Amino acid sequence: MAAAPTSAFGTSRRSDLIFLVLFAAAVLTAPLWASLIGAGYPDLLQKWAIYGLFAIGFNILFGLTGYLSFGHAAFLGVGSYTAVWSFKLLGMNVLPAVFFAMITAAVFALAIGYISLRRSGIYFSILTLAFAQMSYNLAYSVLTPITNGETGLTVLPSDPRILEQLAGVRDTVSTPTTSLFGLEMTGYPGFYFCAVVLIIGFFVAMKIARSPFGTMLKAIKSNQTRMNYTGFNTRPYTLAAFIISGMYAGLAGALLASTDPLAGAERMQWTASGEVVLMTILGGAGTLLGPVLGAAVIKYFENIFSAFNDQVLMEMFNWLPETLQEAAVAVAGLFVGEGWHLTLGVVFMLIVIFLPGGIMEGIRRVQKLFRRSDGASRTDTASESA
Amino acid sequence: MSILTVQGVNKSFAGLKALNQVNLKVAQGQVHAIIGPNGAGKSTLLNCFVGRLEPDTGTVMFDGQSLLNRRPHEINQLGVARVFQTPEIFPDLSLLENVMIPAFAHRDGAFKMNWLPRIDGEAEIRDKALHMLEEVGLADNRSDHAGALSRGDKRRLELAMCLVQEPRLLLLDEPTAGMSRADTNNTIDLLKRIGERGITKIVIEHDMHVVFSLAHKVSVMAQGTVIAEGTPEEIRGNPKVQEAYLGGAHL
Repeated sequence: MAAAPTSAFGTSRRSDLIFLVLFAAAVLTAPLWASLIGAGYPDLLQKWAIYGLFAIGFNILFGLTGYLSFGHAAFLGVGSYTAVWSFKLLGMNVLPAVFFAMITAAVFALAIGYISLRRSGIYFSILTLAFAQMSYNLAYSVLTPITNGETGLTVLPSDPRILEQLAGVRDTVSTPTTSLFGLEMTGYPGFYFCAVVLIIGFFVAMKIARSPFGTMLKAIKSNQTRMNYTGFNTRPYTLAAFIISGMYAGLAGALLASTDPLAGAERMQWTASGEVVLMTILGGAGTLLGPVLGAAVIKYFENIFSAFNDQVLMEMFNWLPETLQEAAVAVAGLFVGEGWHLTLGVVFMLIVIFLPGGIMEGIRRVQKLFRRSDGASRTDTASESA
Repeated sequence: MSILTVQGVNKSFAGLKALNQVNLKVAQGQVHAIIGPNGAGKSTLLNCFVGRLEPDTGTVMFDGQSLLNRRPHEINQLGVARVFQTPEIFPDLSLLENVMIPAFAHRDGAFKMNWLPRIDGEAEIRDKALHMLEEVGLADNRSDHAGALSRGDKRRLELAMCLVQEPRLLLLDEPTAGMSRADTNNTIDLLKRIGERGITKIVIEHDMHVVFSLAHKVSVMAQGTVIAEGTPEEIRGNPKVQEAYLGGAHL
């Protein structure tokens, strides 16, 4: 009776530790294995880490708690703006930028969540979408003094950067770069900073998912009525989940600003909100690893397929006779370059239809297949020995 | 001593009088059955106890506190648990988690940001839940998803979820509806067993077999009002009840 209950939770302390170590190892060695698929450059790897974080946080609200927000890009944008303001006022160090971005995102999430969470289902989604679009339009209009409107917010040579002034290390370069105590956040150091934050973010998400609090969130998704009649006030639970996922988005926004200290309102647009929904569903909503995989796949497609042009395609199909080659290029050309969204759409449709649980469900099915053939071979040996 | 006192409760829906001056006293530790034909207002009355509906007029007092103008979770935290007509469980979670969650509500209150410990490290809650699952005969299935259970088992699970909170008042809305005879008898045995704990129970039921084998006291409702009250024997012989509820047929 004492040993059995672990299976009732689907995990154990040990299996989670192994999972976390493997995840960290995979992330930290990404520059090595990603080059095999043509993704081994810091710019893309950094995007994997950043959007991975965004999706992990989104999953806490959507995958665990069952609330589909269509406005999470608002927090991404808020995070970016806050980070750039931190660069301008305090200095180019990324740590205060990350810290303040998470705080402001949390405050915004508290306000938006407090109102939106009065409804659930489609009404909640619409409310969050409306708030995000409001933020987007405000950033372009009345908030121009803070957001610098269409031009976007950048760090200017004339900015105070107080901390650097106090420390007497204030340089006068016209385009300063972000840094972590002097270590410039460009290239691989920039990726490794994001990678470490991703691993921490993954660890925290795992901690939440396995805790009593996380179980309450799953229970809210499963049956909110029962939760209420069981003595839980579900509102603070959903609000806490909303704020936590908003903070993840703010963190991702700050990291985006750290890779390139520029914040624009387009980061808050509904397409950006939709993207994180796609990432989470594509990878597998409600799983820990799924959202990270979904984010990686989408960013990979965006970078690799959008870089293809007709010339590359011509070379790919040059084994075909000339007329067929041109036809093949004409058709395939629709799916690459500017049209990479079309590829993404097809992949998304295939996944949702054939693997509703996303990539993670695919992985589980393959695992089961292996286990079954493994079990079959074991019975074979058993019958032979008998 | 009565633990629940209902006085002069009225409730109308768009002119239709669902409850008409309902008075009810439920004694501590007893099983009190409410019977009546469809549309008599039994479920409406129950909904007034748990915060789902607010009566237009009247009072509902539970152990000296009013149950009106309170949200469902507040009423549960006072010690009132409810089993629904259609079992309300957490279909996506394991049976053990299903029973642990109410135990958390009982221990930690309506909200606690308890994210640092692991749920499988909460030995005290787990053992309590496991014990409860054993009591309803579902311990062997503790790792299964609750959604995969049969209807009868779902109801037993829901009962375990309520009992693990050690409620002072348990409301059961047709606990054997749609069950086979064997399942019904199992449920009766189970309810009898848990009756020994001294939990007050209000049972809404259509099945007279269930009512007469469990109840200490029976209230008969018809057209939104209580028309008779007494021991099962008294109710059985009451001509008024036979007229209203049984259409004159003899039990």
